[in-house]
Amino acid sequence: MEAGALAQSEDLSPFERWREAMRDRPALVTLGFVGLVGVLLIVFEGLQAVADTALTGLSTGSIYALGAVGLTLVYGILKLVNFAHGDFLTFGAYMAYILSGSEQLGVPLVVGILFAMAMTALLGVALEKGMWAPMRRRGAGMLQLLLMSIGLALVIRYAIQYIWGTELRQLDVNDTATVDFLGLSIGRIFLVVIVVGFVVLIATGLMLRFTTLGKRMRALSDNLELAETSGINTSRVILWTWILAGGFAGLAGVLLGATTQLQPEMGFELLLPIFAVVVLGGIGDAFGALTAGILLGVVIEWSTLVVDERWKTAIGFVVLILVLIIRPQGIFGKARAI
Amino acid sequence: MTDPFTMVGVSLEAFTSIGFWTGVGIIAGTYTIFALGLQLNVGYTGIFNFGQAGFMAVGAYSMAILVTETGIDFWLSLPLAIAITMLFGLLVALPAVRLRTDYLAIATIAAAEAVRLFALNATDLTGGAQGLFGFDDSWDEVSDTIEGWLESLGWSNPENLFPLFLVVWVVALILTAIMWRIQKTPWGRVMRAVREDEDAARALGKNAFAYKLQSLVIAAAFGAIAGFFLALNLRFVIPDEFLPIFTFLGYAVLVLGGLANYWGVAVGSIVFWTILEGLRFIDLPVSEVKISAIRFMLVGLALILLMAFRPQGMFGKKEEMVLGD
Repeated sequence: MEAGALAQSEDLSPFERWREAMRDRPALVTLGFVGLVGVLLIVFEGLQAVADTALTGLSTGSIYALGAVGLTLVYGILKLVNFAHGDFLTFGAYMAYILSGSEQLGVPLVVGILFAMAMTALLGVALEKGMWAPMRRRGAGMLQLLLMSIGLALVIRYAIQYIWGTELRQLDVNDTATVDFLGLSIGRIFLVVIVVGFVVLIATGLMLRFTTLGKRMRALSDNLELAETSGINTSRVILWTWILAGGFAGLAGVLLGATTQLQPEMGFELLLPIFAVVVLGGIGDAFGALTAGILLGVVIEWSTLVVDERWKTAIGFVVLILVLIIRPQGIFGKARAI
Repeated sequence: MTDPFTMVGVSLEAFTSIGFWTGVGIIAGTYTIFALGLQLNVGYTGIFNFGQAGFMAVGAYSMAILVTETGIDFWLSLPLAIAITMLFGLLVALPAVRLRTDYLAIATIAAAEAVRLFALNATDLTGGAQGLFGFDDSWDEVSDTIEGWLESLGWSNPENLFPLFLVVWVVALILTAIMWRIQKTPWGRVMRAVREDEDAARALGKNAFAYKLQSLVIAAAFGAIAGFFLALNLRFVIPDEFLPIFTFLGYAVLVLGGLANYWGVAVGSIVFWTILEGLRFIDLPVSEVKISAIRFMLVGLALILLMAFRPQGMFGKKEEMVLGD
């Protein structure tokens, strides 16, 4: 499929052609490349193994994407690299644990999820009002904001450790139930994660594209001052951004907790893969975050077919570094200097 | 919930013991060296290196591997490990310094985490989570010699770690003096020009890219030296000593002392570690996990408040702070 676009540049070396294709159609090249890797894996490892790992990848990828969409919105609109975003996920998971943790109050997980989303959104709003808005008014620099978000990350993580300790905790989910289709078997909770992730992210993408709020958010992301002069109530849009970012982070945290276990570092450990998804998907792009999240999730899970599972986390960092080197504007972004 | 238990022991007693101050002094000295590299990057070149713990890891592991696996002499392993770390720093810096400031922060933290995960998983080389030990015999001999001198000076039965304390501070102060002096050279002035306005520096014919590379590579060397002292202090090298939080602590030391002030680093480090280690002895009827949680919550809070109300720290110059991006 890339061959047609390259027909006119025959005198280029293969490497240059690849670079050119990467510049013109990065998303296509990336998807094609990952697809090719998938085919190779099917040949060498068998369809069953590839499909199974791909399903797991879809589930972790949905969590990455949900985590990333909030980070990418905040990043795009406020130019704030929020190092505390991973700990928002942890916060959400423990909020759900209060209601729906095993041997806790026994409230259904759906209610726990809604509570977690509300509480994390509230946390986001409170921090915006108490910390970020005043700092912006003072014209704080990037280093100041960066270090404040790191300080905030420490406060949230260790407050959770103070209350709940470092031991592993679990949400009250049925993690043995499975769903079978097409000869594949997937844990019901993983299927729930995939469905919830896709529905929420597609809805968010459509919201950003078509609703007034979405358009305003994109306007702020392009140019905050210009949006303000054209009569948009920017502080209100920013508040909504935090509500969405917090809510999605809370949701991602609960889903992460439901598929794994809760511990105070769970969110921070996900922060770098989430950054990778944000950069890969392009800053401020919800559909980009969805695609990039799924891609990263699947690639990381597929990697376990080739190398030992313990290298899984490292693969995520390698992808992040490669993306930053090769294409810092993301696979959907336009080629411009970053 | 863990059972709350009452902390015994009176807090103030700890502050009069030579053991406490030796311990704090060694960590503070180590972090002075660690944060001197950050000062060069952040304070003087305007690049936000968040991977310093990774450089520390490469230095400490290179030294430990060279000594225990290849049998190279400890004293020879030190310059070799510094060279390896600088090479690694160059490898990270080459793509990273081309990036926008915020992306550089993310790229360097990712590189550091990649190092830590490699150390955790490449068990054959690094011993995995158990780590490496048994690399410090040559140091012990020197330490005993210094202890002998201390005894001949009239200190009967000197503190075991006191020689390390002396050496780490001699090194830290020499390095501080070198950096302080070097900042007044034309090289140092170009560094600051790159920080203030990269395009203007380039327009004057200065190779900003090369200066940024040098800045990160030198910081990597400082990370390696800090790694040696960390390893000698603990007597082992494990991946958990190089978590991203240790870079964050380095930043706390840096901004407490103040940006763009080399002597502030040492003062910041002493103040920071006296408080952080002193907090171990807070007399609260709660478990150790909770005490440690409180300590790090306070570090986070201090970072937030410092950045909100006194971003220049104790000795920094506000007009020399990189405020924009």
